[in-house]
Amino acid sequence: MSNLAIEAKNVRKRFGAHDVLQGVDLAVPEGSIYALLGPNGAGKTTLIHILSTLVEPDEGMVRICGHELAAASMVKRSISLTGQFAAVDEVLTARENLTMAGRLCGLTRAEARARAEELLARFDLESAADKRVRTYSGGMRRRLDLAISLVTPRPVLFLDEPTTGLDTMSRRTLWDLIRSLKRQGVTVFLTTQYLEEADQLADTIAVLDGGRIVATGTASELKTRLGDEVLELRDGRGSLIRTLSTDGSLQDIRQQLNELAASVPPDTRIAIRKPSLDDVFVALTAQEKERRSS
Amino acid sequence: MMTIRQHQSGPQQTAKSASLAVTNAVFIGRSLRLSLRNPEALIMAILLPILLMLMFTYVFGGAIDPSGQYVHYVVPGIILLCAGFGSSSTAVDVTQDMTNGIIDRFRTMPISSVCVITGHVVASLARNLLATFLVIGVALLVGFRPTASLWEWLAALGVIVLFILTFTWLFAAIGLVTGSPAAAGSYGFALLFLPYLSSAFVPVSTMPGWLQGVASRQPITPVIETIRGLLTGTPIHNQAWWAVGWCAAILLVALVWSWAAFRRRAGRR
Repeated sequence: MSNLAIEAKNVRKRFGAHDVLQGVDLAVPEGSIYALLGPNGAGKTTLIHILSTLVEPDEGMVRICGHELAAASMVKRSISLTGQFAAVDEVLTARENLTMAGRLCGLTRAEARARAEELLARFDLESAADKRVRTYSGGMRRRLDLAISLVTPRPVLFLDEPTTGLDTMSRRTLWDLIRSLKRQGVTVFLTTQYLEEADQLADTIAVLDGGRIVATGTASELKTRLGDEVLELRDGRGSLIRTLSTDGSLQDIRQQLNELAASVPPDTRIAIRKPSLDDVFVALTAQEKERRSS
Repeated sequence: MMTIRQHQSGPQQTAKSASLAVTNAVFIGRSLRLSLRNPEALIMAILLPILLMLMFTYVFGGAIDPSGQYVHYVVPGIILLCAGFGSSSTAVDVTQDMTNGIIDRFRTMPISSVCVITGHVVASLARNLLATFLVIGVALLVGFRPTASLWEWLAALGVIVLFILTFTWLFAAIGLVTGSPAAAGSYGFALLFLPYLSSAFVPVSTMPGWLQGVASRQPITPVIETIRGLLTGTPIHNQAWWAVGWCAAILLVALVWSWAAFRRRAGRR
């Protein structure tokens, strides 16, 4: 028990008529990166808000570093949240943002200043340290946002879609930062819409759909559910007819196409690609529906 | 490459947290800084009342009081107009914080996050007092000759502070329940009208009968009569009690409303 950083049992949340979370269970081991994958509206942000004390669940048990949510001040001392909208003060400079966060986390003025200096250097924000955050690029904002979360060390870090809207370079920089946190023993719980992100970072991926965790596993475990490659069949006008899973071998592809040959028009175009998040969802939600109906 | 200061992770790991005094000081400092970095709004908040006073004194003043003594009458009204206008920007500041995600950061810190509102209120008080002093300074330049003793000045200042706090908290509550900074901004307009329907610019007795009822029963009139009495020696009667009573009642409602709205609003997203 003691080696779970985050533990949740049967977490439910309803907003009006909308059942956002319908009984979520989680077990996140200390020092791991856990990715919550799901489409828009799956309930990812609600779940992260519940885990980080922002929203009260209607039902269920949550324990962060052994503290139940009712002990909110203990939980808050163990966590740090980097929300979906970079939670930085735009009118202040990066240095002021970091110093302010340091003071709020109980550092003295001198400690807060020193810590800000340290983080500015480590997050490559020194050259812009005294510019107002309003002038920053998306990548710089996210780096600052993450830096603010690390002003005082917390064992659990929540990141809500940390790289949404970033360019490839900024995304990779952020991934490196997240990996280095893990090496220092921080438990990272992140949400993402990108399979690649979960794939690159996470020790465990949970797929949230329709308010439930529909699958949990490592990236490779999830992908093998789909096969290694996807065959995409489009008609002459380019609209998708169907997709097929394949292991990518000539033998498998030939066999599948032979079986199909009679049922599709001769001008059908074929493309082979890696499974996308869409495919994972289509497959997982289909399985989920089947499981429920049987 | 990046390395973060080494620490031991584990259930026993807990961070320190700031005391209530430090939290308040940090948020007040933040809000003051935000005010200073919005010079347009700051200049407007100070310049507008001064321009209004000059306009009332020199443009309308002659028609209202041909003896040229109108400046003695209008100063308390201008001070309150200025306070009402200045505190309305608190609604915008509060809504901005509640809608841009930074509130989530504060709420996940082991601090009393409602202090972020207190910070805005104190900054508003500072801005408004600065504007009040400038208005009084300019009034003295254009011929305002108060008769107040030191104690009367202090009492007037006390009433002004109470009035500013009351309206600032009211606007903070409005900021907490409105959905966007633009919407929050438009509420300031409504309250800007109240001083015109009071004894701020003309004696209530010069108004039509039905309006007299409104003007003499609304909260601004006793506040103005109290300040006017303290500064220029006009009779106050029981207006001071009405002024303090109105302000205290509205302040209490605004505080409770803010507190409830903050709790509800903050937990919704």
